[in-house]
Amino acid sequence: MTRERRLSWINGFLLPFLNVLTAFIATAIVFVLIGVDPIKATKILIYGALGYDEGLGYTLYYATNFVFTGLAVAVAFHAGLFNIGGEGQAYVGGLGTALVALYLNPALSAWIVIPLAISGGLLFGALWAIIPAYLQAYRGSHIVITTIMFNFLASALMVYVLVNVLREVGEMSPESADFIKASWLPFVHDVFASFGYKIAKSPLNLSILVALFFSGLVWFFLWHTRWGYAIRAVGKSNDAAVYGGINPKKIIIVTMCISGALAGLVGINELMGVQHRLFLNFNYGYGFGGIAVALMGRNHPVGILIAAFLFGILYQGGAELDFELQNVSRDIVVVMQGLVILFCGGLEYLYRPILIRFLAPIEGTE
Amino acid sequence: MTESNIAIELINVDKHFGAVHANDKVNLSVQTGTIHGIVGENGAGKSTLMSILYGFYQADSGQIKVFNKDFRAISSKQSIEAGIGMVHQHFMLVDNFTVLENVVLGSEGGALITESLSNARVELTRLAKEYGLEVELDIAVEELSVGMQQRVEILKGLYKGAKVLILDEPTGVLTPQESDELFRIFEALKKQGVTIILITHKLREIMSITDNVSVMRAGKMVAHRETSKTNPEELAELMIGRKVLLNIKKSKAKSGNPALIAKNLEIINEQGLKRVSDVSFEARSGEILGIAGVTGNGQGTLLKALAGILPISKGSIEIMGETITSNNSLNPEQLRNLGVAHVPEDRQRMGMISEFTASETALLGYHNDKTINQGVWLKRASVKANCESMMEAFDVRPNNPNLMSSNFSGGNQQKLILAREFERDPDLLIIGQPTRGVDIGAIEFIRKRIIEMRDAGKAIILISVELEEIMSLSDRIVVMCDGEITGTVNGSDADEATLGMMMANALGSKDELKGVEV
Repeated sequence: MTRERRLSWINGFLLPFLNVLTAFIATAIVFVLIGVDPIKATKILIYGALGYDEGLGYTLYYATNFVFTGLAVAVAFHAGLFNIGGEGQAYVGGLGTALVALYLNPALSAWIVIPLAISGGLLFGALWAIIPAYLQAYRGSHIVITTIMFNFLASALMVYVLVNVLREVGEMSPESADFIKASWLPFVHDVFASFGYKIAKSPLNLSILVALFFSGLVWFFLWHTRWGYAIRAVGKSNDAAVYGGINPKKIIIVTMCISGALAGLVGINELMGVQHRLFLNFNYGYGFGGIAVALMGRNHPVGILIAAFLFGILYQGGAELDFELQNVSRDIVVVMQGLVILFCGGLEYLYRPILIRFLAPIEGTE
Repeated sequence: MTESNIAIELINVDKHFGAVHANDKVNLSVQTGTIHGIVGENGAGKSTLMSILYGFYQADSGQIKVFNKDFRAISSKQSIEAGIGMVHQHFMLVDNFTVLENVVLGSEGGALITESLSNARVELTRLAKEYGLEVELDIAVEELSVGMQQRVEILKGLYKGAKVLILDEPTGVLTPQESDELFRIFEALKKQGVTIILITHKLREIMSITDNVSVMRAGKMVAHRETSKTNPEELAELMIGRKVLLNIKKSKAKSGNPALIAKNLEIINEQGLKRVSDVSFEARSGEILGIAGVTGNGQGTLLKALAGILPISKGSIEIMGETITSNNSLNPEQLRNLGVAHVPEDRQRMGMISEFTASETALLGYHNDKTINQGVWLKRASVKANCESMMEAFDVRPNNPNLMSSNFSGGNQQKLILAREFERDPDLLIIGQPTRGVDIGAIEFIRKRIIEMRDAGKAIILISVELEEIMSLSDRIVVMCDGEITGTVNGSDADEATLGMMMANALGSKDELKGVEV
């Protein structure tokens, strides 16, 4: 194996694997500290997430959201942008989906309504990202700061819209009316049932196919189109991109729109797939989770699918832990998520020097 | 040669970086009070060897003696204590500190700095007198010329008690006159018994200033010579292991129509500073126009403007019938479509993307090309095939399009960039520093290619800080100093002294001329 191959193997596979492993060992230590047997906890977690139909359905349903936000973070990252605003973009994207799904003529076919509702999510997500993108490109305001601020703005906006605009007359809770039936994405258990297979009910719906489709699309876009090339060029070297005739300002705007649009797809799963109405905080945690997923998946769609699945397991398994063990609350998931971010993000290259020394010694220069 | 005369002695010093044998049983002895040159191509192991002496790296095996005492540095601290000083290629100075503050940096003494500053002032005045190194002590370093900054570096070394000074490519940033001044300082230092190790790839300097010279090739010390008993041809041959053509033969230029006419250009750089003012010239097809000047005198800014990276603020550029003004600028892509190719000065930052594969770097600037795009689809197989043919044509090694760009040597990176720009058959070539950091074998190859392009009727604008390169390639030479053109010479009439004067803008008046010749 050439050194090049070994290096890409180390960077692409071994390093993330060891980082995740370290995060899990650290989690195990936390379990020991709070008096829980880590092996027992692991068993509960894995059984809860993967051991039976319903658990697996939940796991995949959570994973779907993480795929969307993970892809969003990754696309921005390839242009050298750190999009922390997935949370807000997902939220406002949901509004776009909801507006289509609430007000379209109920008599229309699902084949028309569903693509339009998805487009609504894409469009609103992109719009919510375009202002921070503009400020970064033409005014030099740092995208991390502005996207965080836009998360708060999104929260305030959505509360206003739900309380004052979309709430039904006489209704106490800040929720919209039900979406038109044509916008409902079928549940996977219903689809299976129509083919004669019986599986347990779960919130898993056909959004998962949308997620897979967009993963493929992102992969194709980034590595097999000239626009993807331009985005990656800007991300790796601004000077070289300018030299190559690429306008980094435009790239920032376009990339953030794509990123925001992808985050805006969370509403497809949550709203069109499961709840069939717009409500407060449906997006909660997925935008930030997407950062961890993208970091862990090394900003590659395949890695993101794997990482999102892992996060789905943590979410679903964490809920089971909360249920089964008295001294564990669901917050343990946040702890694990934090540890994953710490070891996959903050300490990303912790093992790299050691791995390189033993597996791919430098043939470098003087 | 008696034992006590030896300042530095290396015996079988060996250093590996992984599989690379950077220093292979290197032996070297430097006599006290001499100027010792070390020459070799990039990657020959010169810098590694000096870094071992200065405590940046530790040798795997072998013995080092400094003034006949065993020496093993684990950091530069031990080296300084043993009397070794180093002047790096890129100065290690704090720009907004005064000269005095810079010299004291690292040996401040107690909590209060005033005492060490006043001690240093006395000591520096003495040193300056003794070695002829006068520098104003209370001026901020950023206000000094590059040559003066180098003096500060040397003073810093002497102040810390250096008896052996190592200088890494010290003349790279100097005008010929400043270089001569530096060599005069070397002589003064030598007289006072200071030993100087000079690392360079300029054979002319070796010949004119050193007493002894050692040649390194591929990590090995291949020869030691007394300078008076060798010649540049022999040294060049020892450096690369075969005979080289240092002077490229070229026929007389067949100049055609102007491909680019620049009129009264004024250009403001990225930092908002006016770097080029009132510059006019024209580049004709079939001709190489050389733009000479010391680094940082506006040539780089000019190059960027010609390539469409920076806008111009006054004047105009006519290229292929298009006129560029301050209100009508063309971006790099539009210029490429007009038939302008650009090899940037900064290969690493601009010419390539080190984290991209070679085939992706070979695509930079041409990713919208119709032949490799089919609808939305960028045909990676074609991209790869293109890269393969470029690698073939320019002998890029290893010829692997999937290899990361950063994993190629400097020379091969440069060849790939040249291939990318030359293979599109442009009408106007703007080339910056084509052979910077490139080994001698590749230099020869690259220069031949540039001449070939000229003979094929292309207009070429060549910017280089290597005077020798400008002189051997250009048909006409324009010299820049401080953002202005200070002289124009025909290539065949050019001589180093005149160009040097122009580079320092010393031909303005007789008085200034005298000032420089001191």
